[in-house]
Amino acid sequence: MADPEIKSYAPHHESLSAAVTESRPAKAVLMIVSFAFLGIFLLLPLIVVFNEAFAKGLSAYTEALTNLDTRSAIHLTLLVAAISVPLNIVFGISAAWAIAKFEFKGKAFLTTLIDLPFSVSPVISGLVYVLLFGAQGLLGAWLKAHGIVILFAVPGIVLATIFVTFPFVARELIPLMQEQGNGDEEAALSLGANGWQAFWYVTLPNVKWGLLYGVLLCNARAMGEFGAVSVVSGHIRGLTNTMPLHVEILYNEYNAAAAFAVASLLAGLALVTLVLKTLLEMRYGAEIAATRGH
Amino acid sequence: MTTAPAKAGWRFRQPSVIPGFGLTLGFSLAYLTLIILIPLSGLIWRSAALGWADFWAIATDRRTINALEISFGTAFIAAMVNVVFGTIVAWVLVRYSFPGRRIVDAMVDLPFALPTAVAGIALTTLYAPNGWLGSLLAPLGIKVAYTPLGIVIALIFIGLPFVVRTVQPIMEEIDKEVEEVAATLGANRFQTIARVLLPGLAPAIVTGFALAFARGVGEYGSVIFIAGNLPYKSEIAPLLIVIRLEEYNYAAATAIAAIMLALSFVMLLVINLVQTWSRKRYG
Repeated sequence: MADPEIKSYAPHHESLSAAVTESRPAKAVLMIVSFAFLGIFLLLPLIVVFNEAFAKGLSAYTEALTNLDTRSAIHLTLLVAAISVPLNIVFGISAAWAIAKFEFKGKAFLTTLIDLPFSVSPVISGLVYVLLFGAQGLLGAWLKAHGIVILFAVPGIVLATIFVTFPFVARELIPLMQEQGNGDEEAALSLGANGWQAFWYVTLPNVKWGLLYGVLLCNARAMGEFGAVSVVSGHIRGLTNTMPLHVEILYNEYNAAAAFAVASLLAGLALVTLVLKTLLEMRYGAEIAATRGH
Repeated sequence: MTTAPAKAGWRFRQPSVIPGFGLTLGFSLAYLTLIILIPLSGLIWRSAALGWADFWAIATDRRTINALEISFGTAFIAAMVNVVFGTIVAWVLVRYSFPGRRIVDAMVDLPFALPTAVAGIALTTLYAPNGWLGSLLAPLGIKVAYTPLGIVIALIFIGLPFVVRTVQPIMEEIDKEVEEVAATLGANRFQTIARVLLPGLAPAIVTGFALAFARGVGEYGSVIFIAGNLPYKSEIAPLLIVIRLEEYNYAAATAIAAIMLALSFVMLLVINLVQTWSRKRYG
């Protein structure tokens, strides 16, 4: 982005250009420090995952992945994401519509509340549901009397996942829709569209890439969440074990190869997420408002 | 503001031709209340119901204090490391062009996308005494895995993108003319960076630090594998909450969680004040 500007300095400006950048040795040192830091802290762990996953050969790898417990963990992870992500999409769109399209008292406070789950430890996000639905919880006795099971079952896992992924879609859409303003919708309404038509045919096409961006991040977190889900899951093998929890169980059983095999699937998901995210930023950067800073 | 008639007085919302305010705000508030607010107030209500004597006994328990010290201490060190290296990485990504810059830039977000449990077992394997890095450090007498140093390593991994992604956009906006002026006025490059550029970046750096620190304090998944989890030595506060829950000691779990929330809140408040101050000071 800044490149054309730098190139525009003609040779006779050489001395000035040199004054606003670092000397070559300094540049080299900064780049080496950066690459070494990123290499050690980001790249090596990623390589280790795949290296360990295939340490015992391809057949051990496929066997670890086709194992019955692993398959049910994959199934549960997909199920939880399939429930919690759409719910957070509906909430995100709805909250963004209210916040971006209207001026009302307490808007800033509401925006702060939406971000709240990001500043709470995942363990606490799980704990609040245990306090509510657990045997000693506020609603525990009532739930038991009515035969409703939430904790240590799928509903609890879904709730904890919704809690930790709550802000992702909303915080992508709110700044984007604020930036776009109300003009397009007002035009549609004055041309005779009703509210739903204005939303489906005007707003949604305008925000679709930003929405996809938010969904991508929301889904990655939903499938990868560990702390909150670990607290509410009960760790029942084959029943309430998501993929990240299954990784933990296998690892603690000293079955590192199988643990890393399952982990490699999650790492693959992370890589696909990063690639799609980068493509979205490159192609539709202008149509994704808050691409930076989470 | 201007559209409201003067005699209308206090109004909850400004008039608008766009429909759907009641529906979307109503649904959003109901969802927010059910999923976030009621469960969180449950936590506050339960810790309030504990009574001061019980709460104080749990809060001053040696194991609780040590766990909180370890969580906040390691998160602080990791966030400081990330401030230094994250700012350098952001600078290299913004200012220098090199082949593969786009890929390196995308890689910075890996900790956001990689599930914490995966990061945890990968880092543990890497820094274990027989791991790739652990075996290099062992002859130097440095033990990383199963020590507090391991916690710091995991939190550096988790916190890095927060600093880079907060500082990077501000760096992109720096007006080159400011640097040119500094240079023509006789400042050398080091002086320009230290006295002209860094003060302007300070609010972003503080924000990045705060985000990385807050995330590190609450982090669980990537830490528990590498920490060794020895009570009083390498046991983090979120793990102590889980242990108390597994003992069905809801009171202690609640109290520790409430203390963590309160401390994080105070910390964010202080950092907010520092930010406001530095914005005023350096505009």
